[in-house]
Amino acid sequence: MTAAARARKYEPRRVPETKVATSAMIASLAAEGYDTVAAPFGHALVEAAKDDARIVGLTADLAKYTDLHVFAQAYPDRFYQMGMAEQLLMSAAAGMAHEGFIPFATTYSVFASRRAYDFICMAIAEENLPVKIVCGLPGLTTGYGPSHQATEDLAIFRGLPNLTILDPCDATDVAQMVPAMIAHDGPVYARLLRGKVPSVITRYRPDYQFELGRAQMIREGRDVLVVSSGIMTMRALDAAELLAKDGIDVAVLHCPTIKPLDTETILAEAGKGRLLVTAENHSEVGGLGEAVARSLLRAGVTPAFRQIALPDQFLEAGALPTLHDLYGLSTAKIAQQIRGWL
Amino acid sequence: MPELTANLRSNVSLARRAWGIRRKALQMGEVQGQGYVGQALGVADVLATSYFHALNLRADDPEWEGRDRFLLSIGHYAIALYAALIEAGILPEDEIGTYGMDDSRMPMSGMASYTPGMEITGGSLGHGLGIAVGMALGLKAKGGDQFVYNLMSDGELGEGSTWEAVMSATQHRLSNLICIVDFNNQQADGPTRDALAVGAEAPKWEAFGWHAQEVDGNDLDALVAAFDAARTCPEPKPRVIICNTKMCKGVPFLEEREITHFVRVEPDEWTRALDILDAEVPA
Repeated sequence: MTAAARARKYEPRRVPETKVATSAMIASLAAEGYDTVAAPFGHALVEAAKDDARIVGLTADLAKYTDLHVFAQAYPDRFYQMGMAEQLLMSAAAGMAHEGFIPFATTYSVFASRRAYDFICMAIAEENLPVKIVCGLPGLTTGYGPSHQATEDLAIFRGLPNLTILDPCDATDVAQMVPAMIAHDGPVYARLLRGKVPSVITRYRPDYQFELGRAQMIREGRDVLVVSSGIMTMRALDAAELLAKDGIDVAVLHCPTIKPLDTETILAEAGKGRLLVTAENHSEVGGLGEAVARSLLRAGVTPAFRQIALPDQFLEAGALPTLHDLYGLSTAKIAQQIRGWL
Repeated sequence: MPELTANLRSNVSLARRAWGIRRKALQMGEVQGQGYVGQALGVADVLATSYFHALNLRADDPEWEGRDRFLLSIGHYAIALYAALIEAGILPEDEIGTYGMDDSRMPMSGMASYTPGMEITGGSLGHGLGIAVGMALGLKAKGGDQFVYNLMSDGELGEGSTWEAVMSATQHRLSNLICIVDFNNQQADGPTRDALAVGAEAPKWEAFGWHAQEVDGNDLDALVAAFDAARTCPEPKPRVIICNTKMCKGVPFLEEREITHFVRVEPDEWTRALDILDAEVPA
């Protein structure tokens, strides 16, 4: 604890005039102005499982909070409650994969990345088993503080060979990544958006289809290129609308596969002379921004580069909109930062 | 009726099989001048009983769907399992000289991608039993009657993940899961009983809902009886056999040496150890 934090701990607080509730872990991500789809992961998994008996679902006491309950209701005999035991969850999923199944194992991102890492590494990734690890509360999507905020999950997992890493933006991504994960013969870690998930990308690109391993241009723009993943693609698109009113033309390249990164597309777009801004719902250390920077440097493509990401800190608890504003992930803050860089 | 086990297909005694496993492990130890020979000599009787009495397998088809699965959670015991796999005809004897060498199929720690018959990549301790739970669930879901055996060490009783798996196996009534604990009371820094609160092993597993037995892991008759009881127990619960073994068993001058995680064997002692084994070949 820092001295400042210790001092603040003993400062009395007053009840605020406007009530702002801490976002509960079960809450859907607020996305004003977008239509939503309920539990796209759960329903997509049920659909995929209809014709594929290899698919089973396992969870560590978080079926309801990862939308796996939809699968459990549809296929009670193919659903395994492993209890509050994430190391076992991953080991048992590996065991089922050994027996020819395609296990979807769900928990929160913090528990998969921090608590179960060795088991994902040695029982799943080292043997390249087709276990699909689908995790709720990625990055800063809860106001409960660092115990539930997986701000470094991508950094942890990017170093793991064989593991494909997905960071979907919206309901379309979440639903379409399910069959793509099944078709991919190997382990996958996917960040999950659950509950009522907004439909974002098809508003800009009605023909959009998620493709594993591929970055796709969602919005063209002359002045700035935002390379983003996850919910930050939604925020970047919203910010681009705001900036368009100021005559700033922002392109948004959505990069839902963090690993393997679509370096070819990124380099092609990065070489067009625009300010390049990476935007990720993750620590500035070890996520999309650093992955893109590395690709650019290695290829000798060096546009002006800025990173929108969470700071290298344990984050505050509180209401999510407040926190997104505080840490620069809100639409208004993204637009403000980009204006300042031009 | 399951496929005949290797033992029933041949007239070679378990004692002779255990002798063969010890001999091959020593030969591999000599190749590298090191290895987990103490553990291999200690667990040889357990492996002989597993591979030549209990396990249903096909030497010419190590991935045969109908086989019983045998997981080596303790990856560093690979030298012992290689010896058993060679004895069983799954690995060729003429590869003993490659043990631990570049490009060998027998690396110092057991890995699924290197070795026929090695079901999982072990070595990160506390993994095997959880994987065994998943395999046992998978086999039940497929309607198979195969057993999953997980060989773990006493040191792995210190890993929390082991107990997650212990509880889960009971929860899912995994009667097709047999856990074998090699209790040689030796881990890296010293006696297992001095490291974490182990003790009252069988009652502890029983309290978790397992069918638990504790046997002299160097007594072949006792092992056969324990494996038979584990395989035929009618209750819908997982089974554990805690095998109290003696490190370096079968080579008296090594048995008497101050036992450590890595038993010290001088270059000229490999031949001496092999000579001792060769002086008394079991029938």
